[in-house]
Amino acid sequence: MVETARDPVPFRPYDPGTQPPFDAPAYGSTHKRHPQESLVRLPHTITEITGPRFAAAQFPPIPDLSVVNGKPALGERIIVHGRITDEDGRAIPQTIVEIWQANASGRYQHPGDQHDAPLDPNFRGEGRVYTDDDGWYRFTSIKPGAYPWRNHDNAWRPNHIHLSFFGSGFAARLITQMYFPGDPLLELDPVFLSIPDEEARNRLICKFDIAVTAPEWALGYRFDVVLRGREATPMEG
Amino acid sequence: MPSATGSQTIGPFWHLIEHPEWADLTRFGAAGERITLTGSIVDGDGNPVTDAAVELWQADPPADEHFPAFGRSRTDERGEFRFTTVKPGPVPGHGNAQQAPHCAVALHARGLLKALVTRAYFAGEPLNETDPLLSSIEDPKRRATLIAQPQGADHWRIDIRLQRGPHAETETVFLDI
Repeated sequence: MVETARDPVPFRPYDPGTQPPFDAPAYGSTHKRHPQESLVRLPHTITEITGPRFAAAQFPPIPDLSVVNGKPALGERIIVHGRITDEDGRAIPQTIVEIWQANASGRYQHPGDQHDAPLDPNFRGEGRVYTDDDGWYRFTSIKPGAYPWRNHDNAWRPNHIHLSFFGSGFAARLITQMYFPGDPLLELDPVFLSIPDEEARNRLICKFDIAVTAPEWALGYRFDVVLRGREATPMEG
Repeated sequence: MPSATGSQTIGPFWHLIEHPEWADLTRFGAAGERITLTGSIVDGDGNPVTDAAVELWQADPPADEHFPAFGRSRTDERGEFRFTTVKPGPVPGHGNAQQAPHCAVALHARGLLKALVTRAYFAGEPLNETDPLLSSIEDPKRRATLIAQPQGADHWRIDIRLQRGPHAETETVFLDI
């Protein structure tokens, strides 16, 4: 395979230990769903280095999850904000962020969630925002509750918000979960613990942010996200 | 500089962000040859994966205001997904290579802590013989997992197996990208 100057600049490999494995024995749902064959390495082509763009006109923002039809959801109102950059610290501007979560009682507005906790008609649980020109995003919600799952005896998921990012190419796609500081369930959670590197794992925990906390209104939290960076542009040789 | 943020599973309740129309990539009025791409996902026991988010991305035709080039489909109670899109053409590979027409496919589901990525090529395309990825896979059964088969006019099908399982079935080729 001959490399040429017009070849696309690939994304960098992930740093060791910063991403979870497919086979995580403590997380039961991986048992029958992880590949057993080796993955086939694919040098990035135009398919992997390009990716979707979402226009607000076609995919309108939903920046406030805490209200349905003007009626406020129950729970502790929060503002989540942060900056999305690549591994070189460059802002990812005008990129979509998809958000979903359980309500304050730890129940999802989803037919598959049979947890015996109340639904809240004023909390649907979907959000969608875009970063500004400097990579900042912000949304309003309520703090999600913890909920039981049947992974192991007396298993509870820590409070978390699901987030989805696209970045600048299909190979930079990221779906993750944002956790809250001081949650005693984190050290027992096989999903959180699936990321081997402790520092990388702890970066999934947001930070309380008094500067964004709105007086008489909502607590502020900051959650910065880093998407894959590109290799240095190949040198002409 | 910090490394890329860690991935976590999409979980079983991602349908809160599901918009079924996203599975139709032609809904904004795309031009070109319209096709349906369907398939199923099964686990290592051959049981249907009924809670997956299947994402489609294609570099051709290029995305524009009429064609997002990206779609998302849930799997249903039979593990089946379904997209309507525009049939892709060839795109450049490395150097002077051409890649055969293909769509990138990413799977997100409970039990997948990060996305599983594969591709859907199209049976009968002459460029399949020289496509760099297809021709790098020696086992014909494994290579065939990347190739959608025609199911009548404008309908293609590709079935995905996450794991070879206890009976050594042919596992879909997944890509390290």
